[in-house]
Amino acid sequence: MTEAQEKNIPDVSSDFEPKIVAFCCHYCSYAAADLAGSMRLDYPTNIKILKIPCTGKVDVLYLLRAFEDGADGVIVAGCEEGTCHFINGNIKAKKKVKYTKKILDDIGLGGDRLEMYNLSAAMGQKFADLAKEMTERIKKLGPSPVNSGA
Amino acid sequence: MIVGEQKPIEEISKMIAEYKTVLVMGCNTCIAVCHAGGEKEVGILASALRIKNKVEGREQNIEEASMERQCEREFVDELADKIKEADCVLSLACGVGPQTIVEFYPDTIVLPGINTTFYGMPKEQGFFVEFCGGCGNCVLDMTAGICPIVRCSKSMLNGPCGGSQEGRCEVNKDIDCGWQLIHDRLKAQGKLDFMDEILPPKDWSPARHGGPRKMVREDLKIDEKPEDEIEGITKEGEK
Repeated sequence: MTEAQEKNIPDVSSDFEPKIVAFCCHYCSYAAADLAGSMRLDYPTNIKILKIPCTGKVDVLYLLRAFEDGADGVIVAGCEEGTCHFINGNIKAKKKVKYTKKILDDIGLGGDRLEMYNLSAAMGQKFADLAKEMTERIKKLGPSPVNSGA
Repeated sequence: MIVGEQKPIEEISKMIAEYKTVLVMGCNTCIAVCHAGGEKEVGILASALRIKNKVEGREQNIEEASMERQCEREFVDELADKIKEADCVLSLACGVGPQTIVEFYPDTIVLPGINTTFYGMPKEQGFFVEFCGGCGNCVLDMTAGICPIVRCSKSMLNGPCGGSQEGRCEVNKDIDCGWQLIHDRLKAQGKLDFMDEILPPKDWSPARHGGPRKMVREDLKIDEKPEDEIEGITKEGEK
């Protein structure tokens, strides 16, 4: 066992490739991800996209089930505030993400593994950037203990 | 409805630590409407507990179940097999639910996942207020439909007290003075003379002060069994 493993410090130098689930709104981030592809921008393949009609559809249970089923990180990506196609679905999602982060902290998984982003359908570059940012963050945090059975 | 809130996960986790199979059991009536212990909240809590167990390397089987009303035997009995298979039931119903299971399944360990708080209503989504104290002797007819027992911090029958300032209670400035509300409503109804009537000291015997309460409706009873016999049957846990 390495010193890092003994001290329960994630080994960032390993080949750990996180599994990140992204709940993407049909009207913005899903289209932004599509645009990122059309623009031939590079972003990590760790991001697995789930299209939803609006981030307002995201539920605390969806987010927890993603972690329970082995996601190392979860992204909720919705429209910029004030531009939701369903008036305030993204605001509702923001509250649910905040609530879920608290649960994740309480159960020892850590709220940092979950993040919400707001972007428009024209922001292909921002999508690529957030994918990189979240992948780097989760790599630093290390694999989810749910997977390692620590 | 009965309003309650979930206990902290840490407290629940300690409570269930010694049991191998835990059945998280919700109730889809009052406690589901206040988003504390319905089917969805059962799913969320069970999922959180399963993740916590994996994070901490604990072997424990967390099962989920919900029923229409945990305070009625007919609904509880539908989940009889699951209840008997579990090492303990973590009830997300109000305090009545766990005790209903204890009554009919005396061998089952039942633990509370909810702190039952009050009888109230959702004033708006996510905002619940207490409206009834279950005192067993309603006086709403004399107080313009606003309960002086729970909406006055001091449960005064002849208010307001000297601590009422600009419609606020001296106990906490965030609390409306119940008697100001009663006064304003009586005034709007042209019934301010109700304020002149001095209500006599309240008989608290129909409230909790007379011990645990019972209600018997002979017209509803199917079997003509005496009360002690009914209690005897339930204690043996027979169907």
